Amino acid sequence: MRSMRVPRSPKVLVGLCILGIFILLTLIGPWIAPYDPNDTSFVPNLRPSWQHLFGTTTLGQDVISQLLVGCRVTMVVGFIAGTLATIISLVVGLAAGYIGGRTDEGLSLLSNVFLAIPGLPLLIVINSYLPAGEQANPLVVGLVIALTGWAWGARVLRAQTMSLRDRDFVEAARIIGESRWRIMLGEIGPNLLPIIAASFLFTILYSVGVYTTLAFLGLTNVATWNWGTMLYWAQTNNAALANEWWWLAPPGIAIALVGTSLALINFGIDEFINPRLRAAGLTARQRRRVGMARRPRLGFTPVQRSEVRKKGASS
Amino acid sequence: MRTALRRLGIYVFTAWATITANFVLPRLMPGNPIEQLIGKLQGRVTPEMIAAIKAQFGQGLNEPMWVQYGHYWGQLFHGDMGVSITLSAPVSQVLSSQMWWTIGLIGTAAVVSFIIGTALGVLFGWTRGSRADSIIPVATFLQSVPYYFLGTILIMLFAGTLHLFPIMGAYDSSLNPGWSWAYIASVLRYAELPLTSIVLSSLAGWMLGMRNMMVTTVSEDFVLMAVAKGLPRRSVMWHAARNAVLPSVANLALTIGLLVSGSLLVEQIFNYPGVGNLLVSAVGNEDYPLLQGIFLMITFTVLGANLLADILYYVLDPRTRTASVN
Repeated sequence: MRSMRVPRSPKVLVGLCILGIFILLTLIGPWIAPYDPNDTSFVPNLRPSWQHLFGTTTLGQDVISQLLVGCRVTMVVGFIAGTLATIISLVVGLAAGYIGGRTDEGLSLLSNVFLAIPGLPLLIVINSYLPAGEQANPLVVGLVIALTGWAWGARVLRAQTMSLRDRDFVEAARIIGESRWRIMLGEIGPNLLPIIAASFLFTILYSVGVYTTLAFLGLTNVATWNWGTMLYWAQTNNAALANEWWWLAPPGIAIALVGTSLALINFGIDEFINPRLRAAGLTARQRRRVGMARRPRLGFTPVQRSEVRKKGASS
Repeated sequence: MRTALRRLGIYVFTAWATITANFVLPRLMPGNPIEQLIGKLQGRVTPEMIAAIKAQFGQGLNEPMWVQYGHYWGQLFHGDMGVSITLSAPVSQVLSSQMWWTIGLIGTAAVVSFIIGTALGVLFGWTRGSRADSIIPVATFLQSVPYYFLGTILIMLFAGTLHLFPIMGAYDSSLNPGWSWAYIASVLRYAELPLTSIVLSSLAGWMLGMRNMMVTTVSEDFVLMAVAKGLPRRSVMWHAARNAVLPSVANLALTIGLLVSGSLLVEQIFNYPGVGNLLVSAVGNEDYPLLQGIFLMITFTVLGANLLADILYYVLDPRTRTASVN
């Protein structure tokens, strides 16, 4: 099998670098945090300095320690929820797309329902019925997030499975008598990999966003540090009006950076799936290297069409 | 026609599923949340209120589940969604007084950001490969910023530091609500900043999606044909844009849900009256009847918006009208 060539565009590289840093922080964050995030013994409202790189909060806590410790829970919940949601969407999408008929009708209806119901309110409702102890449990919260976030991936995977179902190689596998599961996992599965990867990244993105939102609302345990709870405490203490940007900005920017990195990697996967996007991504230097005089327009190999266009514009 | 009926069927089914989930969830959740709530409320609210909650959630009643279910539907048909515990007013009344703020704010924001985002997407898709592409990383970053965070930053910069905008609320509290010019002007003034924060955070998504579709569409044969015919550039662009916008409209279902979810929190940041604000306080106070009512209302509004998006798609894409029965 041809090895997968993920385009090594700068977008993907930057995305991978940022994500790599955050994964590293997830692993070692709590160890390299300079102070205990709960320690309230520092001078409150300090601006960033060498003692406190990101300053201190109104409650006299060290901001960077909270950020580093909170990284782990945030990322782990995102990862758990993303994994679970991808598994659900893969099973549903494959089954609906390959088996078809009644199974497809039922499963498609189910995913359409979950697509139409707005996720966050549903999540808030389910979460509020959970016993108080479970609300603080990242595993349970991750599971609930996964239950509300799988439908999008399932729909995309179903569409792709349906387009693969009648290809010759699948037909051949069917004729030589391979079992249904083997065809789904062995023949169709590998061809879905880019889409599975894209939907995995998308659901992690969604999960991190939703989890921090829940935490921001104070719906998870506000004593466990994650980026959402940091913003929750900043909001309850009116950090915005006190102009304490060093308290607000780190968690918000961290969330946005994780999201950006995942989206950038997704761009690479998109370009892998859809080559037309790839051609559009050529920079001036790359174009010169391959000998393109002009940037590609309208999807053709660039030829000197400018006269045509000028004539057209003047008529 | 068949597809239209199918879509409608899905929405009806979703509505039923939402209503049923509202009935089932509090009854089947582990740890019996309603019993705990009643325990906590004992002595804090009137006995009538406790009796009402017990009746609504089927506590201590010896009726079988399906009788309760029928009763629940009967109440819904009469517009009765129970009584809010914290506000001591019927949920339907609370919602109907607050929902217009939300619909006005989020609805306007959604339309504005869709139009601006799509227009920008067309432009950037058309000029792909040029320097304008450097907007992509910026837009990606903006797209990943949580709505509420952007709102907080806007408050800090423009309301807190520069004092350009009012900080909180929906209108100048010294004015009497009514159809006076001063009141309407103040409503618009107070909506500016929340509106901006929603538009800014949702704009990038539309833009990136539209740009990708535009890039793909521009390499279709019919666009080549249009260029070959010698149409002016602007007409070619319009030609391609009209075709590229269809997937964006088809994807509205997914994005409306995300947009509404994100915007609900913006209300809380700006202390803007409305359903999002109610939702947050209902959760904080474990006001289950209100919570259920809000969930129903939000889901129904989103379903209605999806239906509108479907109609729009139907109008825009002639193929859906002539689709043969397959």
